[in-house]
Order: sequence, then C-alpha cells, then structure tokens
Amino acid sequence: MNKFSKRSYIIIGLFALVGLIFIIGLFRLQMLDPTYKVFATNNVLREIVQYPARGLIYDRNGNLLVHNKPSYDLMITPREVGVFDTLYLCNLLAIPKEDLEERIEDAKKYSRYKPSIIVKQIAPETYAILQEKIYRFKGFHTQSRTLREYNYPVAAHVLGYVGEVNSSDLENDIYYSLGDYIGVSGIEKTYEEWLRGLKGKKKYLVDVHNRIQGSFLEGKEDSPAKVGNNLVTSIDIELQMYAEQLLQNKRGSVVAIEPSTGELLAIASAPGYHPNLLVGRQRGTNYGLLLTDTLKPLFNRALLSEYPPGSTFKVINALVALEEQSITEHTRFSCAGKGSSPIRCTHDHSSPLDVVTAIKESCNPFLWNTYRSILAKYPTTAEGYNAWRDHVLKFGIGKKLGMDVPVESKGSLPEVSYYDNIYGKGRWRPLTVRSMAIGQGELGVTPVQMANFAAAIANRGYYYTPHVVKEIKNLGIDSQLKERHTVGISAEHFEPVISGMEMSVAMSASGSLIKVPGVVMCGKTGTVQNNQGSDHSVFMAFAPKDNPKIAISVYVENGVWGARYAAPIASLLVEKYLNDSITPNREWVETRMIDANLLNPNQPK
Amino acid sequence: MAKRYSLWANLDWFTVLLYIALVFMGWVNIYSAVYDAEHQSIFDVSQRYGKQLIWIGAALLIAFVILIIESDFYVFFSYYIYGTVILLLVMVLFIGTEVNASKSWFVIGGFSIQPAEFGKFATALALAKYMSSYGFKLKTVKSLSVIAGIIFLPALLILMQNDTGSALVYFVFILVLYREGLSESVLFFATLGGLLFVFSLVLPPLVLFSVITGVTLLVFLIASPGMKHYTKIVLFLGAAFIVLAVVNYATRSGYKIELLLAGMLVLGGVMILIYSLRKNLKVYALTAVVLIGSVLLSLSVGYAFEQILEPYQQARINELFGIESDPLGIGYNVNQSKIAIGSGGFWGKGFLNGTQTKFNFVPEQSTDFIFCTVGEEWGFVGSSVIVVLFLILFTRLVLLAERQRSGFSRIYGYSVASILFFHFMVNIGMTIGLMPVIGIPLPFFSYGGSSLWSFTILLFIFLRLDASRFDYLSS
Repeated sequence: MNKFSKRSYIIIGLFALVGLIFIIGLFRLQMLDPTYKVFATNNVLREIVQYPARGLIYDRNGNLLVHNKPSYDLMITPREVGVFDTLYLCNLLAIPKEDLEERIEDAKKYSRYKPSIIVKQIAPETYAILQEKIYRFKGFHTQSRTLREYNYPVAAHVLGYVGEVNSSDLENDIYYSLGDYIGVSGIEKTYEEWLRGLKGKKKYLVDVHNRIQGSFLEGKEDSPAKVGNNLVTSIDIELQMYAEQLLQNKRGSVVAIEPSTGELLAIASAPGYHPNLLVGRQRGTNYGLLLTDTLKPLFNRALLSEYPPGSTFKVINALVALEEQSITEHTRFSCAGKGSSPIRCTHDHSSPLDVVTAIKESCNPFLWNTYRSILAKYPTTAEGYNAWRDHVLKFGIGKKLGMDVPVESKGSLPEVSYYDNIYGKGRWRPLTVRSMAIGQGELGVTPVQMANFAAAIANRGYYYTPHVVKEIKNLGIDSQLKERHTVGISAEHFEPVISGMEMSVAMSASGSLIKVPGVVMCGKTGTVQNNQGSDHSVFMAFAPKDNPKIAISVYVENGVWGARYAAPIASLLVEKYLNDSITPNREWVETRMIDANLLNPNQPK
Repeated sequence: MAKRYSLWANLDWFTVLLYIALVFMGWVNIYSAVYDAEHQSIFDVSQRYGKQLIWIGAALLIAFVILIIESDFYVFFSYYIYGTVILLLVMVLFIGTEVNASKSWFVIGGFSIQPAEFGKFATALALAKYMSSYGFKLKTVKSLSVIAGIIFLPALLILMQNDTGSALVYFVFILVLYREGLSESVLFFATLGGLLFVFSLVLPPLVLFSVITGVTLLVFLIASPGMKHYTKIVLFLGAAFIVLAVVNYATRSGYKIELLLAGMLVLGGVMILIYSLRKNLKVYALTAVVLIGSVLLSLSVGYAFEQILEPYQQARINELFGIESDPLGIGYNVNQSKIAIGSGGFWGKGFLNGTQTKFNFVPEQSTDFIFCTVGEEWGFVGSSVIVVLFLILFTRLVLLAERQRSGFSRIYGYSVASILFFHFMVNIGMTIGLMPVIGIPLPFFSYGGSSLWSFTILLFIFLRLDASRFDYLSS
C-alpha cells in the first residue's frame, strides 16, 4: 500500500495551497482594501431608515384632502450612551425624569446595540433646538417621519387613519418593522400597499462623538426611499361637507353614488369626528374617548348598519314581479285602506290601483299581493322564495358588494333554511314572510347597498361596484371596479316603477320640502319600524330622471317617517350637486334640517 | 504499569498542545464575541463563554477517557459504533427537535446534542476498518460500492435532516481514498465536475467562462508539446472568437459576451481537437475534450437552473449554496463578515475592542462566523497565526498517519486530517468571501458542545491509535 505514500505530499500541498490562498485573501482584505480602513478607529456604522412620504389623497375635483406634516423621533442606542444632562433633555422634551429613565431601560431591554425610539413625534420647533444640541447627547440621534394632516373636518370614516403596526402586521408582512406606520382603517388601509411607498436606507459612519462623518462606501449600499402613490378619490368634498352638516346632531348616514361609474360622491356617517383627532401624540387619548362615546362616532353606519329598508324596498318587489310576469303593468289590486288584510294601508287613495300608483302611494296591500304573486307562481313557497331571493341578491342586497373599503356588512336576506328551521320544512307560506313585501322584518340593507340599488334603477338594470378611489395616480384602479353588474330585470319593466317614483316626489304631500327646482327627481320614502324609539326616516332616490347623475340614500335614525327628514336632506344634497346652490326660497328647508336635533331617540309624531 | 507508561511516552504531545492552544484561542474569541459589560465573569453559565467552559472541561475529560481505553477497542468496535450512530441519525428524524429549520437535535433536559456531529468519526472508523480488512482491493466494483455506502448513508440521513452543510463534509473522504490508491483521474474529474457545478451557479457567466479560458490556456501551455503548437491553439481560439463576434454583430443577434466566450470555447475546442488528432497530440486532444465538456456542463447547469427548475426549486438550490439564504438581501452575512475582518487591519483592534462583531452586524458570530472576531480583534497577524496553526496541525496529522504500521490507523488518521481540513476550508473561506455560505463550524473554535466534543473524539481516537503504533505489525 505504501506505494502511494508519495501522495501524502500532494495532500499536504493541497492543504498548504488553501492556507496560502486564505493568507492572500486576508492580506487583501485587511491590508490592501482601503474600504475597511475607515473602521480602524472604532468607527460605528449607523443605518438610518429613510421613511418615504405617504401618498397624498385628493377629491374628485383635485382638492387636497390628506397630506403629510413633518415630525421627528428621538432615537437611542443604549450602548453608545454616555453621561448626559438629563435635566436639560427632560425640560426640552417636556417629559418627567423618571419617564425618560424608564424609556431608556425599555430600550436597553430591546437591544443595547440597535437604535430604538425613545420619544415619538417631536414638534418641529423642539426638533430645531434639539438638533443643535444633539452632539452633547452621545448615543442619541433623531430620525424624521411624517404624520397625516387632514384639510377638511369631514370624511373621517372613509379616509380612515394611520397608526403604528401591531404584532400581527409585523408577522404578516416583513416590510414592516417596529414603530412603522400602517393604514388602520378606511382607504388608508385598503390602499396601504400603494400609499406607503418604499422605505429606503442610508448608511453613515459616525465618530466617537456621534457626529456623522460621511456616507458608508460612498453610498453604494444606500437605497433611496420611494414616495407613495397619490390617490384621487371620487368624493366631492363640497357635497361631503354639506352632507355632514345636514346630518349634524343626528344619527344616520348619507351615501351618494354616480350611477354611470359607481363612484361614491359622498359617504357620510353621523355622528362623525374630526380626522385630525387620530393623529400624533394625543391619538391614543382621543381614540379612547371616541371609543367610549355612547353615540359611537367610530362606527361607520354607511357601511355597517343593517336597517330594514322599509317602503323603499317596494320598488324592488315591483320590479321582480314584473320580470317574473306574475303581474303586468296593468294588473290592479284593490286596497281597503286601514281595513286591509293581512297588511293595512296607511295612505288614502283610489282603489283598485296599478303598479305606478301603488309605488306613488306606497300601497301596502298592492305590494303584499304582488309579493304573494311571485311566490305563488312556483309549486312550493320555498321555490318561489328562492326565485325571489335570487333576484334580490342581484341588486347587491344580502351580500358584500366588494367595495374598496376594508369592512362592509353584507346585510341580511334570510335563506329558505332560516324559515325551515323556525317553521319546519314546507310548513310556511307567503303569508308567513309577508313583512318582506314591504321591506320590514328580517331584511337588512346597509345605506350603501340602498344607494347602490338606487343607482341600478337609475341605470335601468345595472350597477358598478361602489368605490371610493377613482384613480391610484398613474396606475388606474382595479378592473373589477369597472365591471358592469346586471340585475337581471328587462329595461322596459323599469319605466312604470320609475314613473311611480317620479310621481311619489312630484305629487308628494310634503312637496315643498322635497321638490328640487328644475330637476326631475325619482325617489321613494321609507319608514323603518323601530322598537327602541321613534321610527327611522329613509329615502332613496336618483336624479335627473333621464341620464341620472346622482343616486342617493339617506337614513336618519329616529326621523319618524321618510318624508320628514331623510327626503328633504336628500333633496338638498341633489340640489347642491346638480345646481351648485340652494335656491333662496328653499333656504328655510336647509335651516330646518341643519337645526334639527334628533339625538333623543323619542321624537314627537 | 509499563503499558501505561508507554502510552504517555508515546502520545504525540505536540498535537495535544496544538489542540489545547486552538481550543483556548477559540474560547477567548467566543468570550469577546458575546462580551457584554454587564456579564463579565467568565464562569457566568448564562452566557455562551461560560457554557463553552463547561463544554471544554467535558471535552478534556472525554479526551482522557479515550486515551485510557485500549486502542484495540476502536478497531474491534468500529462497525458497532458506526451502526449506533446511524441508528441515532435515523431516530433524530422522527423524534428530533427542530432548530433553525434543521431537525437534527436531541434535546435531553436542557442539553442539546446533534448526532450528525458524531457521524464523522463513526464513518471514519468504519471506513478504516473496511479498507484495512484482509485481502481488501480498492479497485473492485464491490469495494467501491461498499465504501460509497459507508460514506453516503450517514450523509444522506443528515441531508434528510435539512443540514446540508454537515452532509457536504462527507465528500472529503475522497482525499482518503486518493491516498489509498484511487486513480488521480477520478479525483481530478470529480473535483472538476463538482467545481464546475458549483461555480456555474455561484459565479457570473462572464467570470466563469473567462476562468475556464484562462485555465485551459494554462493547461495547454504546461502540456508542453512545444510553442509552435501552442501558438496555433491560441490562434484557433482567437479565430473562433472573431468569427462568432462578426456573425453576432452582422446578424444583430445581440448575444452577450459571455455566450460568445462559451461559443468560442466550444468552436475553438472542436478545431483544436481536429488539429491535435491529426498531429497525433494526445494530451491536447484530451485537454480539448475536457474543455468542451466543461463548457457544455456549465451551460447545461445554468440552462437547467434557469429554464427547467421552478422558482422555488431555484431558491432551494440558492439556499443550498447560501446564495440567498439570508433575509436581509444577497450576501449580507458575507459582506458584514468581510467588513469585520477587513476593519481589523494589520494588528487588529485588540481584545474586546471589536465593534463590528459586537453590534449584531455579523449573524452567528460565536458559531459559524467566529473567525470574524479573530480577524477584527487580532488583525492580519492573528488571523494568519490561526491559519498557520491549523496548517501545522493538518501536516502533523498527515505525517503521523504516514508513520502508522497498520492500515486502519493510517486510514483513520487521513480521515481526521481531511475532515478537519474540510471544515477549515469551508468555514474560513466563507467568512472571507471565497466560499459560498455553508453553515459548518470551525473546528475547536466555534461555540457549541456537540461540535467541540465530536472533533475532540475524532482527534483523540487517532492520537490513541498513534500512541500504540508499535503494537501493530506492519501490514
């Protein structure tokens, strides 16, 4: 075997070769390469994150709604901290000494080597003084951030707010690190990915006195921050402000949609709050106050409240019956007024009457017969109910619309199984579910769903998913928001119903309150039965009749009946949007609506 | 008593001293790497340097025990030891605990043990036993298959634990086989193929093909059939390049320079092959074939990687070679490691004065990247001393192996030298950016009980065998 012993020299040679290569490599790295020489005097590399400015938010007319203001954080790197004038720093930052010491301890616990934030959101004035004196505080440095600022005191719910990332955000997306900001609600959340931009980083060399000596490797490893995309919303801020003004001292909501696009012109929920309340150092306190407020100002009624639609729903039942051909334009049913059974009528009108008059007069018996005719057309009530339910679903009721907001409610539209569970399979009849005929009972429709079906009627048969953002600057919007959804009702069936809605406004007993000068508005009032106080006032409309520009839903809680508050408020908003101003002889309506205070749930009849 | 006496007299104290010196320097650097002004006591067992002291104490005890056991024990029980370790490796797959995505640890009452570490000496023992058995012939298919089995069974099991670094170590046994008579060409082509495979993935194509061109020109030059032929070789390659460049330009195909180089090597290679066959220059013909083969292998590896593999498979291979294994971007670890070592300069910053290795810039700085601390605090002088000490150890081990009378001891000795060398090469190469990031420890230096103990066992079994070398007759 020892004939191979000479190979030991080759193996030793191989070892020596690798060793030689390593020594040459070390020589090159430690002696020749000047890059690392800079570190020879105990210099420290400091990485400063470059925070991008968040994208700006505009309204549909180019008004700036949300922008950024500078703010500064004081950072600490515990290991580098030397002796410093604690009192001076505390006075400058207006924090107690114990507080500062505690924060330094916390920072030490997090890491002795990595910088952490010690005081957040320092005002620019304080920052200016601090920056001049920072050399006296070894181990401290500042970083600049931006905070949101809102130019208008409205639209807080839909715009949403920005807050610090929580632990689940940190887990879900490696982009974020502790202390970063993230959109928490509204479109700030939905469009977070575009608004946030891209963080950059700069590496600096700092000397033992904590002064920046220059960039590391001539900035070769730096990456610039990329500013977030701006958003153009579809909100008309004038209309939004007017809506919130009309809703003051009330609980309710306004949703206005442009039917031809599905763009939300205004989406208001009252009571609301000033969006600037949820910015900066006082955010936590304010949030707590808003959260405990019994009027629930943080709750976005426009998207989340499920009310029965009341009489506004009769429009849909009429359309479904016409499509199902269980009634025709000429079908007449009789009405015995207050003596009608099983649902009595609350209005005085001629009898028998056809569908146009029934919508105009909001006749309960006619709609009961209409509803029964749909269900009776099928062999079993369950099949009839399902056929009816499928039609209603197509109007975007009972399902989420898929809007560009983080939360929306799907409303409520019970399935057959719901009634089977209560009454037993095959043990219930149209009479059992009669409240569906007039939009009461188990039905739940959100204000935005109602404005959306108003838009579908305005379009004579289709709608676009309602959305808040018209354009992510230079990128457009999600193509799903541009998709046309048809409701499956032939165009000709809309005419009698729309005529009914037109007459309902034009020949209304409260005409002077709800007629818009020079505009043909088609609408339907509703009154939602309420056991906890006065009934709610509802109105759903679109205008003008031909080539509609706006579809609207207004809910005013405890507004007693539809024409009392909801309809006048809608008419003012339509007038403002289409005519730009309120005619002088209707200013009294405006005053009456603005002044009305309905915070007491019990209102006189 | 006489026997005891001869053990301590025959023990190679030089190697023992080298071992103690390396372990001590390793501990000093671990102390510095995790040093914290608030925990200064060296016996603080909540800190890694405190724990490492315990590991070192235990390692010395293990070494002592190994030395007092009869050397025949290791020869006799080598297959049993190997079998036990294999069993442990299988068991860890089922009941092991996952650490850093590698399911390779047994956790027993707060102590973690990594059986993969013990696979090395067990394999070395089994290999030595098999290859020194009576009537063993290396160059039969049967022996080669058994050897491959002995080596790759533990490697495969370790690979299944997701611990690629430790599995790669087993390739180093080819050095042992080479010493025992494996043909040079097997070693050469295995090395060439392996290097090409890795370099095709790691190096940019331009660099890769330039290196291949350079190396081939060199090989042709040393092959020495005369300058006349050599000039023609250079001319062939030059002509091939010009032709391809002109065609590329004229047809506006827009192939990049690296592809032109590859094309040049293949086309030129074919021309050289024809030429050398005509002139009956066998060395040239062979070189040309190897050249063409290398280029085609690199191209196909690159092509297969880009075109055939799915992105997630690419990511796995990248991770295997450490190309994108760190979350902070490609080469973060190596970059930080180079900064740390580079900032050390000639004399270093001095003990405990390092900044880079203390700022968590370098991950794993007390385990796989311990050499950074050496580089930063002890400078070029300190790092070179460590490199040289390792080289002295390896050389000493080879010389010790050569003086053995029994094949078993010699083969085992070569295995020890090769395994230690492989760790040294990959680990230091990685920290100074000459090797891809493969997480294996630096022998005697890196923090960790399992690795320290396994290297200690590995080394001291050989020292025990060496101490009783006179007991064996020359075989």
